[in-house]
Amino acid sequence: MLYAILCYHDEDFVGSWSKEQDEAVMKKLAVVQDKLTSQGRLGPVARLLPTTAAATLRKEDPPLVIDGPYAETKEQLLGFYIVDCKNLDDALDVARELGSANPGGAYEVRPVGVFRPGGNLT
Amino acid sequence: MSETDAAWIETALTSARPQAVGALLRYFRDLDTAEEAFQNASLRALKTWPQNGPPRDPAAWLIMVGRNVAIDEVRRSRKQQPLPEDDQAISDLDDAEGALAERLDGSHYRDDILRLMFICCHPELPATQQIALALRIVSGLTVKQIARAFLVSEAAMEQRITRAKARIADADVPFEAPGAIERSERLAGVAAMIYLIFNEGYSASGDTAAIRKPLCEEAIRLARLLLRLFQSEPEIMGLTALLLLQHARSEARFAPDGSLILLEDQDRSRWSRNMIAEGLALIDKAMRHRRTGPYQIQAAIAALHARAATPEETDWAQIDLLYGALELAQPSPVVTLNRAVAASKVRGPEAALAMIEPLAPKLANYFHFYGVRGAFLMQLGRNDEARVAFDRAIALANTSAEAAHIRMHIDRLIRDSQPKEKGKGENKGNKGAKAR
Repeated sequence: MLYAILCYHDEDFVGSWSKEQDEAVMKKLAVVQDKLTSQGRLGPVARLLPTTAAATLRKEDPPLVIDGPYAETKEQLLGFYIVDCKNLDDALDVARELGSANPGGAYEVRPVGVFRPGGNLT
Repeated sequence: MSETDAAWIETALTSARPQAVGALLRYFRDLDTAEEAFQNASLRALKTWPQNGPPRDPAAWLIMVGRNVAIDEVRRSRKQQPLPEDDQAISDLDDAEGALAERLDGSHYRDDILRLMFICCHPELPATQQIALALRIVSGLTVKQIARAFLVSEAAMEQRITRAKARIADADVPFEAPGAIERSERLAGVAAMIYLIFNEGYSASGDTAAIRKPLCEEAIRLARLLLRLFQSEPEIMGLTALLLLQHARSEARFAPDGSLILLEDQDRSRWSRNMIAEGLALIDKAMRHRRTGPYQIQAAIAALHARAATPEETDWAQIDLLYGALELAQPSPVVTLNRAVAASKVRGPEAALAMIEPLAPKLANYFHFYGVRGAFLMQLGRNDEARVAFDRAIALANTSAEAAHIRMHIDRLIRDSQPKEKGKGENKGNKGAKAR
């Protein structure tokens, strides 16, 4: 079953990482990702730009565009992984492994309903 | 590396600092007390977080602990007797922390951070003191770090910051929640201060660029923070976009020998795609508001450069128009000078030269004026006059990189001692124009 692992963290904190800290985290995450890739389990991965770059369309009539992310929260959605896992325990193991490479914040582990990989994007 | 790492805790303290010091300042109404309270709370954090792990909300934790410690100290000095060690009280804090801090600060934190930044922009403080103070108070850089970035001694920087603090201690710091007009005035002041911090780093010469780069990064961090607090302010989007789009070029701006590489000669593959993407996204968002302003216009100009895969693809006509808009929004001879550079690409050097001639009295001591003038004259084949302008530019150069760049033009003049008629679109001689 496919699971989305949604990454939440305080973006002020992540934004305060030095370049070296950022690179160190990415390097550690890459090890976990490479392992998943070699097992053929890793789908799309995205790291999102800061929520300041976001806009939200509220589907009122007429639709209302507001600046910023959908919800004002202490921790923000900063990225996600799509991973093929046997079950929730397995998905939580992957999240744990990612978490030890990138401490702080939280992962929301959520089964995927419909998945269209697209494929014409690079 | 884990969350209890010293470096990690430092980062958590840095990111929580503006909110925590801002709240403590509102509470104590005194900058030194607020800073000291934060300092004490940070020391506790370094002691307890490695054992217990960091709290869920570091800023709230620091505010609570900072307040408690400072209040205890006041009590202690009043009673002239020591109180029992209160680590116990603090370790109980975790449960109550979230709810309490929410009640204390939830509605205030926007104005807290804005106030903290705003007091650094006091009009009586010269720009250099504003920047130093902001880096010390808001960013929490050490005096040593700031001194290094400013290329002055630690003692000199210490003195500069002490002087700035003394000045604002006497000034009226507004502690009431600001009204809408006041808030937007504060916002404009703070935006200008952030831009100053950025420029302090950006105007570095090649040999000091690496040392001063943290100033640019800090300015971007502060701009993003401000934008997160005021999500719908198009000028703050514009400011953040402008800083990102300019900083995106930082890896390509200097040759290994430290000499400046001009925009049209830069290796564009070394521009940071991520920063450009974020900058373009922000300017895109800002434009939707149809409330233009100087930062947005400058960001839009930077965006046109960022979008051009090669110098030849640069949309100079649009840049010319945008500088025209900037002239209206923020009239200044320097803006007109920049516009003339764009105009020279669109309408040729003769028209551009005519645009800048009236600026001569105002820019008589401005390096770039003579660099640009010389470049236009050179394009027109008026080499003797070009030489005079370039000589004047060298005399006025602020950095050795600037002087070296002009010398390159003079070498070219000497090499091409045969005056040539250069056509429109052939802009080889125009490089003095934009030292970016």
